[in-house]
Amino acid sequence: MAWGPGGTPDLHASRGVPGLDPRAPLPPDGSRRSRILGGDGGGRSILIAIASTAVFFGVIGAVIVNSPGWPSIKEAFFDGEVFADSFPKILERFWVNVFIFCVAEAFVLVFALAIAVLRSLPGPVFLPLRLAAAAYTDVFRGLPTILVILLLGFGAPALELQGLPDSDLFWAIVALVLVYSAYVAEVYRAGIESVHPSQVAAARSLGLSRWQSLRFVVLPQAVRRVIPPLLNDFIGLQKDSALVAVLGGVIEGLRETQIITSARFDFTPYMTLALIYLVITIPMTRFVDWLIQRDRRRRQAGGTL
Amino acid sequence: MVCLIGASGSGKSTLLRCINLLEPIDAGRIWIEGDEVTVDGVDVNAVRRRIGIVFQAFNLFPHMTVRRNVTLAQEKALGRSRGDADARAVELLERFGLGDKRDDYPDRLSGGQQQRVAIVRALAMDPDIMLLDEVTSALDPVLVAEVLDVIRELAAAGMTMVIATHEMGFARDVANRVCFLYDGRILEEGPPQQMFSEPREASTRRFLDRIIAAGRM
Repeated sequence: MAWGPGGTPDLHASRGVPGLDPRAPLPPDGSRRSRILGGDGGGRSILIAIASTAVFFGVIGAVIVNSPGWPSIKEAFFDGEVFADSFPKILERFWVNVFIFCVAEAFVLVFALAIAVLRSLPGPVFLPLRLAAAAYTDVFRGLPTILVILLLGFGAPALELQGLPDSDLFWAIVALVLVYSAYVAEVYRAGIESVHPSQVAAARSLGLSRWQSLRFVVLPQAVRRVIPPLLNDFIGLQKDSALVAVLGGVIEGLRETQIITSARFDFTPYMTLALIYLVITIPMTRFVDWLIQRDRRRRQAGGTL
Repeated sequence: MVCLIGASGSGKSTLLRCINLLEPIDAGRIWIEGDEVTVDGVDVNAVRRRIGIVFQAFNLFPHMTVRRNVTLAQEKALGRSRGDADARAVELLERFGLGDKRDDYPDRLSGGQQQRVAIVRALAMDPDIMLLDEVTSALDPVLVAEVLDVIRELAAAGMTMVIATHEMGFARDVANRVCFLYDGRILEEGPPQQMFSEPREASTRRFLDRIIAAGRM
């Protein structure tokens, strides 16, 4: 079981990674209809499905809305006026999160690849590099992300060393890059190791050097294979951009939410931010699922290594 | 052309992989065209450029088209220009009946076609020697013939080859020398006429009897 940066079990980290994903086989005939409806297909199934869904969610909705605590929950978490007021403000500040996770992801993808390659360098002369890369991955996968952000966000500026930037935003991004590179490096490594050694044998036999084999034969195949877990880690990074709020100095989505919440004595802004996050993360998750399914279909059909 | 025959595990593949330095050797020496390749400090990549090897499992690069499979090593390992590499690739692919497949990906090709591409890929490097490691063993019988034809043509054109094979009929027809491997050693060798009709060693005879009984010769 892989562990995500938030400390919770990260089932997504091994999804789609060849050899690590033990889960769900394709339905026997692979038809779209049986997958969504769980039935045989045909008009009657669709009607039953619609009716059943309406009844199920209708009952749940009715129970919730009629429960004794509902009015106060509604007022505290789902207040329409507070929502309308907070939405534009939080959305504007959310762009800081977007900046953070886009910049961080760009560095993570490159840095993690370097670490993964360092870890796979063969021969006794490269042992120190392999050890350093392994130690790096162990440390940064072993620490809570929030701890690293606090350590760098408060600790680095406190050193008052020349040449080190003071900005909270800078150190927050550095912290996220350090932590996520450790996870993504492992993903890349799994991808590299999943490329069959016969590919390397063929490349080396043609006279390509180790580096050329890595660059032209192994890495293109490895990276292509691990796109689903890479995307999953990107989604994790998007969510963890909110951890930056703990530094106080960067007014991003969550910090703005906290500010509005304490001003209005109402928790609806949290729901606003939650909605904004879900609008971004859910489509991406569905996309990753689709990629994994397509990959699995291809592999079963083509049967190539 | 030298054919290596013998049971599975007798060391045929290992021997071939030792020649192009894929397998490290424990003892002994190997010379290629008068140069010893088992000395310390030998340029392994340079040696491998002079030897073409084709494997049982084709090992084409699945993320590249057929054409790119053939031109990659020419450009990167031999330093040929893109134009030259491409011209050589097209020439060889046409010669072996694969011209119209050049922009396809390997997964669109049949086993026999993939194996022929693998042979072309090795040939494009203009090697001095070709090593073929049971290249027809993974193919279904219908496709075996087209690959054997390619090998026959190469032999007729004078290419030096060492072939590990189970195709005894082919070996008998085309080989100059046949070596029987047993338990990691060359137990017997000689011209095909002698090896297949009057083998000297008992193990060789036993092996050939089994092959005949299995209907493979």
